[in-house]
Amino acid sequence: MKLIAAMSGGVDSAVAAARAVEAGHDVIGVHLALAANPQKYRSGARGCCTIEDSHDARRAADVIGIPFYIWDMAQEFHDGVVENFLSEYSAGRTPNPCLRCNEKIKFAAVLDRARAMGFDGVVTGHYANTRESENGKTLHRAVDHSKDQSYVLAVLTREQIDGAIFPLGDTEKVDIRKEAEARGLAVAQKPDSHDICFVPSGDNASWLHDRLGSEVGPIVDQDGKKIGEHKGAYTYTIGQRKGLGLTVPTADGSPRFVLKIEPVTNTVVVGSREELAISKIWGERAIWCGPDVTADKKRGFVQIRAHGSALDCTYYFDGSNLIAELDEPLLGLATGQAMVIYDGDRVVGSATICQTE
Amino acid sequence: MNSVYLDHAATTPILADALSAFTAQASKLGNPSSLHTQGRATRKDLEDARESIAKAAGCLSSEIIFTASGTEANNIALKGLFWLGRKNGRNVVVISAIEHHAILDPANWLVEHESAEVIEVPVTKSGVVDLKFLSDLISKRGDEIAVISVMHSNNETGVLQPIAEVVKLAGDIPVHSDAVQSFGKVALSYNELGLFAMTLSAHKIGGPLGIGVLILRRAVEIPALLHGGGQEREIRSGTLNAPAIVAFAAAVSAKSYDATNIAKLRDDFAQKVVAQIPDAFVNGADVDRLPGIVNITFPRTESDTLLLLLDSEKVSCSTGSACSAGVHRPSHVLMAMGHDDISAQSSLRFSFGPSNTAAEVDYVLSVLPGVIQRGRAAVAS
Repeated sequence: MKLIAAMSGGVDSAVAAARAVEAGHDVIGVHLALAANPQKYRSGARGCCTIEDSHDARRAADVIGIPFYIWDMAQEFHDGVVENFLSEYSAGRTPNPCLRCNEKIKFAAVLDRARAMGFDGVVTGHYANTRESENGKTLHRAVDHSKDQSYVLAVLTREQIDGAIFPLGDTEKVDIRKEAEARGLAVAQKPDSHDICFVPSGDNASWLHDRLGSEVGPIVDQDGKKIGEHKGAYTYTIGQRKGLGLTVPTADGSPRFVLKIEPVTNTVVVGSREELAISKIWGERAIWCGPDVTADKKRGFVQIRAHGSALDCTYYFDGSNLIAELDEPLLGLATGQAMVIYDGDRVVGSATICQTE
Repeated sequence: MNSVYLDHAATTPILADALSAFTAQASKLGNPSSLHTQGRATRKDLEDARESIAKAAGCLSSEIIFTASGTEANNIALKGLFWLGRKNGRNVVVISAIEHHAILDPANWLVEHESAEVIEVPVTKSGVVDLKFLSDLISKRGDEIAVISVMHSNNETGVLQPIAEVVKLAGDIPVHSDAVQSFGKVALSYNELGLFAMTLSAHKIGGPLGIGVLILRRAVEIPALLHGGGQEREIRSGTLNAPAIVAFAAAVSAKSYDATNIAKLRDDFAQKVVAQIPDAFVNGADVDRLPGIVNITFPRTESDTLLLLLDSEKVSCSTGSACSAGVHRPSHVLMAMGHDDISAQSSLRFSFGPSNTAAEVDYVLSVLPGVIQRGRAAVAS
């Protein structure tokens, strides 16, 4: 096949590209320039947005022996990912920009462009697997569960999964580093990237503060009684207990947790641990990674964070929302996060959490 | 078909004569600044080379200052002439809007670090400097101008610039011209043009990389950027790169550039491209250009996509525009010629050299329509 390998400058995408070449594909390496004004050097371990990272990607492509190009996707990334991140936060939700990037950039803008140019698909260094089945290609968890990235890929449609190649899904991360070393790739020991790539400091709260401003507002209990003051609602997360600075203690001295963030009134609602418990989740904008989910109730797992655990549930689709009923209640869940449904290790689909109970 | 190289304006294959001169000189011992036998022998070879380059460029050999690149020569000229002028209260640097980054960036550096004022002379739609603008500027602010720098021909479009007229308008104001693309390709004489300073580079004419020349009027002293052993009139210290210099001279003497043939090949190509792709057009088609360069706009494409697709068809060309971290920015040259930032990113530079053949042109023409079609699909995706 003729493939585009998305190369971030990190070890995973470098080995993925090398494996695709070895598998006999005709591969061209592409580094996505996502920052309009990239920094020259990495600071910390946020690996994909600096000029140094693009040099690392180019060097890896040269060592592998494939052509290499840089695609400027800064505008698409800003409009589709960064703006969305800001607007979701200002609406009181907690978005995951990595999902959004996979959905809007890596497997949309890039895959579309690649296909238009005559390529068959896109190779990435994500830890996930795909399998051919009677229902077409399906998406599955990686062998290395600690590195599994199927959660952030669960926004891909069947057509996108069809054009996605994940060569690393069958290998443990530690072996990928060894393989990179053996292949003579200088990025073998480059630290993993983490956090949000477009927040170079890693301090999301102050990054949001610089862009959204901070308006002091009330912290109230379930009855609407003001018991404290916050410094910008978006700096809080659902389930947060520490750092609330509440002035009025509960009668029995039990701790309070953030239950809700209401952007319109700029209010943070707190309550007891029991009030935090969730047993049913609704998600909008459902995407099926395999066969469609119907109103038939099925047993499976739901995951609500990138590296969270898979919770036993019953799931179904009511015609507008994907619904998961949990076997055991869950504490603290923010709207805006993605709910991803698994059938064993197969990714069924995902939706954006819009309501909880 | 093996790969087709149509990027000779970026760099062109080293000539056999230049390569053998380089290797022969590299095996000789002797620092040309040394006074002993070996030093004198190297000095002799080097000064022979200087004389033949001077002869070809129409200057005195004492006016030649060897540098490590055309970029370095441009930097010495622009900064040095600015500092020289500032001693007499002249703070304005005048450049054309289509200069190479090796002039644009030092000019901007002078603004940021030396409080210079830079004025860019616009160009016509065909890419020729606006002499009326320059004339008006000189009559209004001539006594404030420290230096004028206008390239002899543009590296992206190949459009030749009216340097003799610029020099005439400038009067006593020093004029520098970056002649890196023109030297060896078209008739060019530093002395006849009446220039104050001029830049050359070896690797654009089949010489080695890493050697450039600044031609600067004799008896003019400008501040140095590199200080040390005092070589090259104390304007450019550093042990002279004798192998590269003699190889440069060998490339100059080889006179291998058949301008008529190259222009014919280029024109044949451009004509057929425009016939194949009806909305494609040549930038600067109606004015005098270098024989080897053609810059073509392919509407509704993005040049970096076209480059990738052509590369996979084994055709090498370029956007000609500057890269920032590998990301193509709209060409400032095409923007100055009136393109918007979208059409300025849909253009390719094909530059021909002595090694190109008619069969290669036919091959490129056979793959180009498919490339343009896929490139357009990618933009529309």
